[in-house]
Amino acid sequence: MSKEMTGAEMVIEALADQGVTHIFGYPGGAVLPIYDAIFQQERVKHVLVRHEQGAVHMAEGYARSTGKVGCVLVTSGPGATNAVTGLTDALMDSIPIVCITGQVPTHLIGNDAFQECDTVGITRPCTKHNYLVKRIEDLPRVLHEAFYVAASGRPGPVVIDIPKDIQFAKGVYTGPQNIKHKTYTPKIKGDLDKIKAAVELMASAKKPLFYTGGGVINSGKEASHLLRELVKLTGFPITSTLMGLGAYPAADPQWLGMLGMHGTYESNWAMHDCDVMIAIGARFDDRITGRLDAFAPNSRKIHIDIDPSSINKTVKVDLPIIGDYAHVLEDMIRLWRSSSMKADKKALADWWKQIDKWRARKSLSYRPSKDIIKPQYAIERLFELTKDKDTYITTEVGQHQMWAAQFYHFQEPNRWMTSGGLGTMGYGLPAAVGVQMAHPKSLVIDIAGEASVQMTMQEISTAVQYRLPIKVFVLNNQYMGMVRQWQELLHGNRYSESYSEALPDFVKLAEAMHAHGIRCQKPGDLDEAIKEMIAIDKPVIFDCVVDQKENCFPMIPSGRAHNEMILGDAAESLEDAITEEGKMLV
Amino acid sequence: MNATIPTTSHYPAAPVDQRIERHTLSVLVDNEPGVLARVIGLFSGRGYNIDSLTVSETEHQKHISRITIVTSGTPMVIEQIKNQLERLVPIHRVIDLTVAGPSLERELAMVKVRGKGEHRVEALRLADAFRARVIDATTESFVFEITGKSDKIDQFVELMLPLGLVEVSRTGVVAISRGPEAM
Repeated sequence: MSKEMTGAEMVIEALADQGVTHIFGYPGGAVLPIYDAIFQQERVKHVLVRHEQGAVHMAEGYARSTGKVGCVLVTSGPGATNAVTGLTDALMDSIPIVCITGQVPTHLIGNDAFQECDTVGITRPCTKHNYLVKRIEDLPRVLHEAFYVAASGRPGPVVIDIPKDIQFAKGVYTGPQNIKHKTYTPKIKGDLDKIKAAVELMASAKKPLFYTGGGVINSGKEASHLLRELVKLTGFPITSTLMGLGAYPAADPQWLGMLGMHGTYESNWAMHDCDVMIAIGARFDDRITGRLDAFAPNSRKIHIDIDPSSINKTVKVDLPIIGDYAHVLEDMIRLWRSSSMKADKKALADWWKQIDKWRARKSLSYRPSKDIIKPQYAIERLFELTKDKDTYITTEVGQHQMWAAQFYHFQEPNRWMTSGGLGTMGYGLPAAVGVQMAHPKSLVIDIAGEASVQMTMQEISTAVQYRLPIKVFVLNNQYMGMVRQWQELLHGNRYSESYSEALPDFVKLAEAMHAHGIRCQKPGDLDEAIKEMIAIDKPVIFDCVVDQKENCFPMIPSGRAHNEMILGDAAESLEDAITEEGKMLV
Repeated sequence: MNATIPTTSHYPAAPVDQRIERHTLSVLVDNEPGVLARVIGLFSGRGYNIDSLTVSETEHQKHISRITIVTSGTPMVIEQIKNQLERLVPIHRVIDLTVAGPSLERELAMVKVRGKGEHRVEALRLADAFRARVIDATTESFVFEITGKSDKIDQFVELMLPLGLVEVSRTGVVAISRGPEAM
């Protein structure tokens, strides 16, 4: 299909051809022609945000919960610079985003024109790729190419900067064809010889461990299914990063819980002691590895990743396999089934016995209270009361995020949206808006902290405007809890600027924004309050007043190895009663 | 376990002394606006070293440019540099000439020397010994053009210093593999 139209019309045409249903954006001078084109059609629905950062996080929530590309439209200058945090977030967590930015007319570029900024220069290091379109003839190709680059290989954000004169210019639109990029050709199929070697290594393992990450989620539902099949087939234990939660069901006995800085005792010890590690779509982030020279010191490592630059970046691996997880896992399952080698049953039984000992430490224990809501208890109740519903969870960043990861147990992929790599406070509320837009009938909850949520609070108005009944579940401890926890650990309890002074009354705030406010202060009232929150068909801010002093455990202290993790009080005292030997381990 | 690890940060400690290698990379790129910025932005953003960098279009019809980068780092960093470069969308290929087999490296320099009398004669004599050509002359100055390996140029520049060296312009290293095969 090719027909003549303006650049602005081409943008809409291309979005529709790419199957985009929603675009999150904010108008301004340099994108007015595109907004005019939006006004005159109904195929692509525009969602008006309150801040451009929110637009990108919404698109991220949309993308991560659907597996589709999220779309953003912002103006030049401040519109583009406000989007930078979201773009960086999407780059770090490999979320496919296409962000269209307006630009001043081509003849003014470089003149410090009103609302001009060097968008491609600013966004070059925080996008997978970006384009400045200076000729109308290039626009249709660039639009379709951007979707291809964003979604294929290791996904990521792509910016298309379109000067205003190009939006007005007329040209011939061409639809998406089979794009064969001349330089960008991600590898999809894994090397079969290496996959064979990996399967042999797995069969020889005495203490194997699957270590999976967000890549499995990004690869699509099929990859998660195949992962489950392979884990079941081998009988090996599995742990996952923060980003990978949900790829493997948390209720399954082979699941050890999340690993890393605030991971479970059993998963971190298993990581430390394993002899064969099968890393799938995980990138050995510093929150996972801790001290590099003591990271899984006696293991041979298989690393499956779609991005060659993830291989040997921080940790040397023995067997790298480049490819898409679904393809590689399929090959692995086939080879495992057809090979005469099987897992070493006896060794595996011993390994599980050891893991069960670690599990018995109950590293997530906390001291319950009748008078005050423990944040862990709040998440536990939230989980119990929502687990049988069609629920999506987003989070902000900090202690509440870790508690959510520890106490909310995910059974399915794409249900968990969190800012892992960049750690963006303020991610969760707009992400929830994006998720709710994609799943209007589902229950979407942002597990938040009172500090984080204030960073993008204004997006409640967006939720109200579009009647999106998101639930903002604020664990309010009046502190930037994670900051305070580190100040206790490393800076002599000097709580420098980590107290949330002058907090708003969240209930009144909700009401002022035409949302619904709930406050809960007693553990005994919590269940009823959560049920009320779920029942209300409009945006809710739930002010859950929790224990101010609670810290997030277990924890690998800085510069330490996985087997040097520290546990919370409750797990510690529990341990006194269990083993003497265990004490040596802490 | 080493208990003396400082715990003042929540990041892992920096790796200690590792072997540093020097590699010459040939990078074939699509000659589109901003491609050089992507390459050097990658180096500065990720803290890699650039010892030398040259760039020019080599195949006009196909819009292909060749960037020659001399870089240094640990073996793991060199591997990262190559992988990160290959990840950039407009990059065709990255070839590590240091490991790909025998290769040639050359540099061109223009060297301006000002002087009279014996200094001037000596400069000319040395230039001859180094096979440098005179490409500009006045009664009190020369501009020499010299090509060769970087250390030869270093040496020539050093010799010119006491003879009235006023200015040097160098291209940086260009490199190509030996033998009949294209990269």
